[in-house]
Amino acid sequence: MKKPTYWRDNLRLVGICLAVWFAVSFGCGILLVDVLNQITIGGFKLGFWFAQQGSIYVFVVLIFVYAVRMGKIDRKHGVDEVDGVDGVDEEDGDEQ
Amino acid sequence: MSLETLTYLVVGLSFALYIGIAFASTARNTGDFYVAGKHVHPIANGMATAADWMSAASFISMAGLIAFMGYDGTVYLMGWTGGYVLLALLLAPYLRKFGKFTVPEFIGERYYSNTARVVAVICLIVISFTYVGGQMRGVGIVFARFLNMEIEWGLLVGMGVVFLYAVLGGMKGITYTQVAQYCVLIFAYTVPAVFISLQVTNVAVPQLAFGSEVAAGGGYLLAKLDQIVVDLGFAAYTESTRSRVDVFFIAFALMVGTAGLPHVIVRFFTVPKVRDARMSAGWALLFIAILYTTAPSVAALARLNLTNTIQHGPVGEETANLVYAERPQWFKTWEATKLLTFEDKNGDGRIQYYNDANPEFAERAEAFGWQGNELEVDRDIIVLANPEIASLPNWVIALVAAGGIAAALSTAAGLLLVISAAVSHDLCKGVFWRGISERGELLIGRISAAVAILCAGYLGYNPFGFVGQVVALAFGLAAASLFPVILLGIFSLRVNKYGAIAGMLSGLVFTVGYIVYFKGVFIEPLAENVRENWLFGISPEGIGGIGALINFAVAFAVSALTREPPEHVRDLVQRIRVPK
Repeated sequence: MKKPTYWRDNLRLVGICLAVWFAVSFGCGILLVDVLNQITIGGFKLGFWFAQQGSIYVFVVLIFVYAVRMGKIDRKHGVDEVDGVDGVDEEDGDEQ
Repeated sequence: MSLETLTYLVVGLSFALYIGIAFASTARNTGDFYVAGKHVHPIANGMATAADWMSAASFISMAGLIAFMGYDGTVYLMGWTGGYVLLALLLAPYLRKFGKFTVPEFIGERYYSNTARVVAVICLIVISFTYVGGQMRGVGIVFARFLNMEIEWGLLVGMGVVFLYAVLGGMKGITYTQVAQYCVLIFAYTVPAVFISLQVTNVAVPQLAFGSEVAAGGGYLLAKLDQIVVDLGFAAYTESTRSRVDVFFIAFALMVGTAGLPHVIVRFFTVPKVRDARMSAGWALLFIAILYTTAPSVAALARLNLTNTIQHGPVGEETANLVYAERPQWFKTWEATKLLTFEDKNGDGRIQYYNDANPEFAERAEAFGWQGNELEVDRDIIVLANPEIASLPNWVIALVAAGGIAAALSTAAGLLLVISAAVSHDLCKGVFWRGISERGELLIGRISAAVAILCAGYLGYNPFGFVGQVVALAFGLAAASLFPVILLGIFSLRVNKYGAIAGMLSGLVFTVGYIVYFKGVFIEPLAENVRENWLFGISPEGIGGIGALINFAVAFAVSALTREPPEHVRDLVQRIRVPK
């Protein structure tokens, strides 16, 4: 089988992350809120907690996970940026 | 020292700090002016993005909106944070790789068309002005309340300060002032929140406090709050009053809109590398989440506090309502600003605060001798009055004033900068006056920033809605116009200039049309803004989500029927997809 391309690996990671994003916010926080509200944790109804707290925590973690995983994919395909050199496009605007 | 002197001092010191930073980081070339020379550390950019992002609406209005909307306020919490996931995963790294100065510039090059670029500029200007009016209003309110100035004077002072550091420092100045502003605003927001949490629940962490038991007894806070508001004829705090589909689409429109806001996107142009752009989005959301997870707690605590103050005993008992003559000091100070108004409809000298729009409860209320709700509470005061309601020391109140101003100014500056960059870089340099020198471009950038500030001041003086609502409209527009074409520009090789232009225009026209139809922004509304009239039951706040879908559909359809993009554009797309 052919080795997956960089772009395919990327799309796969993005797809997984967006599925989680959708599940915690639109899923747990909105569509399933009534079901989850049957469960309470401390003083929180679970659906309400997801809507006003939980989804936000997951979003933060999700972006960092994506950034780290994406760094690994960059290195696997040898397209990561070189350290020390400032960016990849020096032609525009750093110096006058 | 009196509260007013102290407030002047704290706000004055914060202004001195911002202006000092602006002088230290004056922009010397267009690279500095538009993207801070691309030397901003990802964590610093995270803070700057957070301040850029968290506006007067987030700081002043959001907790208030949630306090009165309860569960429905979720759309703001989720919508205004979830967009960062889209931004980090779908846009920021690629636009950083593209590596130019503005969002319309990307659209112009990717769709090989100056028309597309100009359409993008129009979208950007409409979005940013809608948004900036709300910010200036916020500045005016804070000045009016804390420094006893007329709103007009507060506006003028705010405009002056923004003028100084946005015009002088450009993006470079704005970035480092925003880092300072973030520190001021997050401190100002969390300190009172912690104190109030402690007072009401004995739990110091606001995020946990509103899920805890009330210290005075009576069980869990949210359950108690549900009980109290239902007793007064309001909807239960933790339950939804809007239709599920409406909540879904408002959250969707706010998320997509967040990811499509030019002043936020452009912040990711300022970091050195693609991977910095990814990490920076994470930092930005972390810094934002500190406020956004505190806000719902503040909302619940404040609603409970307010309701308990007015209705301190069982509903219907004659002595259970607050006697107007015995109202607390904070009540009087807020009455002076007219953001809190009392009218003794039944002439009993007591305050009745209940939902008289609920026919069932209004009937019961009549039996109590109540003749209508007597207290009007402006949502914006929930955060501003909180420290006084909790009897916190004066320096905390002064700090909240400085925080509110910081939040409004940082966002206003970011918006004004993208407006000026769109005019000087996209319209002048890019389209109408290609031969302009860099010095000339920089000068035009500064002049257009100055003109934009004047327009923003005008919009702040003549607002068309709550700070929060006005801002929500800007999101609908960003969702419907810019986000889809940027996304397609990266993830599709096939969408061409005809598709992009048609997509942007149809998304924008549909969304603006729908909003004006129900809200009548500059004209009288053409139809009553009620659920029965809405398309699929989606309110004007949520229509941007549909606008985005229309934009996608039109872009694909038109592209499929017309020539595919030329070779060099496809190469450009391939190039921005990889970091190296």
